[in-house]
Amino acid sequence: MTVVERREVALVDLLDRLLAGGVVITGDLTLRIADVDLVRIDLNALISSVNEQVPSPFEDLL
Amino acid sequence: MSGLRYVYAICRPFDAALQAQVTGVDGAPPGQLSHHGLIAVVGTVPEQDFAEEPLRRHLEDLDWLSATARAHQAVIDALTAVTTPLPLRLATVFRDDAGVRAMMEERENSFHRTLDRLDGRVEWGVKIHAEAEAARPAQEAQKAASGRDYLRQRRQRNKAHEEMWESAEKFAHRLHGLLCENAEDARLHAPQNSALSRESGRNVLNASYLVPRSESEAFAELVEGVKGDESALRVELTGPWAAYSFAGLEADDEAADGAVGEAGL
Repeated sequence: MTVVERREVALVDLLDRLLAGGVVITGDLTLRIADVDLVRIDLNALISSVNEQVPSPFEDLL
Repeated sequence: MSGLRYVYAICRPFDAALQAQVTGVDGAPPGQLSHHGLIAVVGTVPEQDFAEEPLRRHLEDLDWLSATARAHQAVIDALTAVTTPLPLRLATVFRDDAGVRAMMEERENSFHRTLDRLDGRVEWGVKIHAEAEAARPAQEAQKAASGRDYLRQRRQRNKAHEEMWESAEKFAHRLHGLLCENAEDARLHAPQNSALSRESGRNVLNASYLVPRSESEAFAELVEGVKGDESALRVELTGPWAAYSFAGLEADDEAADGAVGEAGL
């Protein structure tokens, strides 16, 4: 594949795929840690904690 | 043994060797577990990090999450060079090989169907960012001479913003439509938060497209070709990825097929 030079993959693009994509397997044997909601909740907590420090640039738009 | 089994992907048996230098999560090189004509690509990870409780804590640690995600991705990337892997969600862990085998057996049919569907395909990511600053006319930097001037300037600024978002959305719908015509399938991801992506501007499209390897070059060129079309919009192409966004088994398909682009087309 020569069309696009591979750059370091951005973490956020990776997480879009690794935490929201991929086959989800749940069941007793997986210790229930692959559960999609669990992972999403943790990521959301992470994102909102980042957000608090960075005000939205669109606040003056009603 | 206090190791757990971390499963990266399911694939069909392949002949080529993985790149020797690939180390997986926790530095352990991945191995293969063969069962009923399928291969699980697995690694051993310590229970102290990957049992439910410690994993829960680790997932909130961006450095740990980042290192683990990159290690997972490195294994999937190496697999993609030799076969079409079916990637599993990050941190899919089993107690032992027997657990992995039981899972493979239980899902055997759907793994085969999904592997058939994805065979020879890759995923391309396309994002559009709209630069809020570019919409502001230069003279707005001038100080308002009166209250009336201030209000007028404010109205103009809001109008310019509205028009900018409108045209950004139109462009995103148009591009998404065009790319859908040139892909076998598409998925829309939630717009990315600029604090996490460290990209300037607002993310107005964040999508993945499933494209046969043989058509990848043409697809990438199509995206490259629209890059200069709108000066206030930045189009970004990532990939090729393993088909993460299309790996959901049949049951997921309908729900994941949300059509953000359709309403405005």
